[in-house]
Amino acid sequence: MSALLGLALCRAGTWLNFLKNPIFMSTTIVPGTPGPVSQISQIPEAVIRIAGNSQDGIQAIGGFLARLAGRSEQEVMTFMTIPSTISGGPSIFQVRIGSGEVLSAGDEADMLLAFYQHSYDNHLGSLRKGGVVLYDSDHVKELQPENLSKYRHVGVAISGLTVEAIGGSGRDKGKNVFALGLLARMFDLSVPKLHKLLEERFTGKDPSIVQNALNCFNAGYNYTLATAHELFRLKPGENVGHNQVVMSGNEAIALGLLAAGVRFGAGYPITPWSDIMEMLRRELPKYGGIFVQGEDEIASVSMAIGASYAGRVAVTGSSGPGIALKTEALGWASMAEMPLVIIDVQRGGPSTGMPTSVEQSDLNIACFGGHGDSPRVVLAPSTVEDCFYTAIEAVNLARKYSTPVILLTDQGIATRIEAFPEPDLKKVCQDISPDLSPIADHKPYDLSAPDGITRHIAPGTRVASGKYPVVTGLEHDELGHPTGSPKLHIAMTSKRRSKLQKLGRELPVPKVYGPSEGQILLVGWGSAQGPIQEAVKTARAAGEAVSGLHIKYINPLPEGLEQIFEGFRHVFVVELNDEGLYGYGQLAAVLRARYCNPKIRGINKVDGLTWKIREILDRARALAQ
Amino acid sequence: MNSLAFPFVPLDRTGGIPLIPVPPLPDSERKPLTKKEVSADHPTWCPGCGDFSVLALYFKMIEKRKLWHEKITTVAGIGCSSRFPYFVQAHGAHYIHGRALPFASGISLSRPDLHVFVFGGDGDAFSIGGNHFNHTARKNIKLTYVVMDNQVYGLTKNQTSPTSPLGRKSKTDAWGSADRPINPMKQAISAGATFVGRTSATSPNHVLEMMEAAMDHDGFSFIECLSECVEFFPGAFDAAIPRKGGKFELIPPSHDVTDEYAAYRLADNPWPGQFGIFYKVNRPTKNASEAKIIADHRAKVTGLADWQILQKNFDRMK
Repeated sequence: MSALLGLALCRAGTWLNFLKNPIFMSTTIVPGTPGPVSQISQIPEAVIRIAGNSQDGIQAIGGFLARLAGRSEQEVMTFMTIPSTISGGPSIFQVRIGSGEVLSAGDEADMLLAFYQHSYDNHLGSLRKGGVVLYDSDHVKELQPENLSKYRHVGVAISGLTVEAIGGSGRDKGKNVFALGLLARMFDLSVPKLHKLLEERFTGKDPSIVQNALNCFNAGYNYTLATAHELFRLKPGENVGHNQVVMSGNEAIALGLLAAGVRFGAGYPITPWSDIMEMLRRELPKYGGIFVQGEDEIASVSMAIGASYAGRVAVTGSSGPGIALKTEALGWASMAEMPLVIIDVQRGGPSTGMPTSVEQSDLNIACFGGHGDSPRVVLAPSTVEDCFYTAIEAVNLARKYSTPVILLTDQGIATRIEAFPEPDLKKVCQDISPDLSPIADHKPYDLSAPDGITRHIAPGTRVASGKYPVVTGLEHDELGHPTGSPKLHIAMTSKRRSKLQKLGRELPVPKVYGPSEGQILLVGWGSAQGPIQEAVKTARAAGEAVSGLHIKYINPLPEGLEQIFEGFRHVFVVELNDEGLYGYGQLAAVLRARYCNPKIRGINKVDGLTWKIREILDRARALAQ
Repeated sequence: MNSLAFPFVPLDRTGGIPLIPVPPLPDSERKPLTKKEVSADHPTWCPGCGDFSVLALYFKMIEKRKLWHEKITTVAGIGCSSRFPYFVQAHGAHYIHGRALPFASGISLSRPDLHVFVFGGDGDAFSIGGNHFNHTARKNIKLTYVVMDNQVYGLTKNQTSPTSPLGRKSKTDAWGSADRPINPMKQAISAGATFVGRTSATSPNHVLEMMEAAMDHDGFSFIECLSECVEFFPGAFDAAIPRKGGKFELIPPSHDVTDEYAAYRLADNPWPGQFGIFYKVNRPTKNASEAKIIADHRAKVTGLADWQILQKNFDRMK
């Protein structure tokens, strides 16, 4: 009864609202009533949120949509929440597809696809006013009467129709693909391309699985056709001519490491780093490489350091708790001046914290974690594409400066899917095999080296002088032999520091996004880049003098930031971490310590979600008052 | 964004200091290394320490087996005995406490051309590094691990170690150790080590014999070498030293080294037990199983450059 009433109200609501909606302006036909094919509206972008349970394959639909966008030369960004429970639990996937630049996953959704009552109840609020909620009427029985006029409701018996489409096995597995068919019809997506994606995805499995998937998809596609609801067409993409690839940040990092020539890795499973190690484990043997699953985090970092010592930069990685365990070994790599790449895919902390939520609270441990004075390089990629290239840079910096490099990414980029122009792999891939040819003599810690930069000679190298290097965690002389000499400790500490100071001088000065003078400068790092740039665009469109600055090289910092800050009245550091005891987030504290500039203040949050544009701007405006 | 701020540049090998290359030296023109050529720093051990003997026999083995400087990699963790790499004139690494085995595993798995020797003490092996000991054994990673067991923490000056006998007094157990000591032989056998031997620093010929057998073993080879700490636990091993009235009893030739249970029983014999090879079996090393995985994968990409292999991944992501 309530469903019937809901349907009636929903019809009224749709009719009332469609004219108010600039994006979805088109003819609406009541669901279930056959009618003529409606007018097709051109829209510049769409934010689609898919809400269900984690085992329903909603990530798969999101993935299909993202990949389709990539093949359609459109920009795409996704956002995903995964429950940290073992199996099941509510999960969402949000896809934003646009013909222009897509900088964030979108504050509000244009369409919500709700598989369950809880999906409907919990996510209706994420829809923008006038947005469409497409729900599975087999599961969503209680519509919110107060919202019927606010959002357009379209109920489809997704579960039942899926069972019907695959021949009545009684199971609704495949309803994600049915829903994909519905979406394809509503957004006038390319059916041949989606068919191809489905075939690719299920190839290698039982042929009946591919057929079932296609049946489900076609049933969904034809269902909407029969009831001729709302049709939209995304404007053609602007990335014409680019061959786009679509992947997650974690995949981009793994592929970047392979391109960089890394052939040994070791790790221990921890969310959200595990994807990277799984991929490297699968891929490395093709290149003659090995990835070892260590017995623990310490063993993993130690194996990687051992392999680096053996001649070729190796990789290990983890998330916060594992990084904490690796810090003693990291100190050794600093002291022994051993190249090493450590990936830290940050998650909510401290301790086990929020394993599947995004947070940027490992900056401190990445830059300063450990005992003694142990300088290291810290880099933070900002987009999925940047993950690929930054992984290569991390390897090259580790080699060039013979130092550990931490690549600081976060759960947000790790699981987010984006499309980007395909790299020129022939140009990018590099060979970093060790040179073992014999040499006359060598000091691993030569104090006369320019800027303190020395490199270690791998075992297997014959040294004609007969003086062989020892690499060590003890303070040492130039050959690596232990010393308690204050003079040598001072000289070696300075050597280890100088080389990173030299790197700091060589780093590219970041460019201001927007004019270099104004009221507010929004400074960010890592995954905050997109939302900050979108916030800058939004604010400037409203006439506000807001610019953005993205800091990719966190430790050492590049030069020239001081001059950039001079152009603004306020410098707000936008970070997904706590404001701390003194009111600044982790990067803000570093910047204040370095520049002693009281203009620098923090905009922080720890809700485990990525930034919304509105949040950044509201907070910045309030703080600037 | 689609570029590198730091594009690939081939790096010189030292960081700006010119290196003088030398011509290769064929093995046929090389003479076995002398003790003088393989010894480096003067050992910092206390006079009379058992570790001197182990070091001298390592040199002897290098000479006898014609190992070259550049092919030897000596790795250690932290402890008195772990100072070892500084005393050896060859490539070496002095790593952190307890983690020498995973470090050495990284070398062994990526460089099949090297001999990897790990030296350490009982604290390094069985206390802080206990987990690594078990897993390196289980994975059967090809390397030789010599634990110089003195049953006490010497470098930190007399605390209880995981092999300290019950009732032994130390600075951390003034009234005597209350914790059951680890039996290194049993530990190694049950963890899956494929070569398990026991010797004593006071029997040099036997130490050399064990080290050579361990080096020749294809897999994780472990030797427990009783090595007396004259400073903090003098007389600990007198029962195994003939000139002090003890008995250095060899494992009878009738012992079947492939019989795990027999080895385990042998390890249960009362102090000071017996010496020799307790257990030795051939089981595929991780080095070999990884090499096979690599060969299988490489067979599918024959003739392709690395970038072409990677290109296949990108093609799937379009």
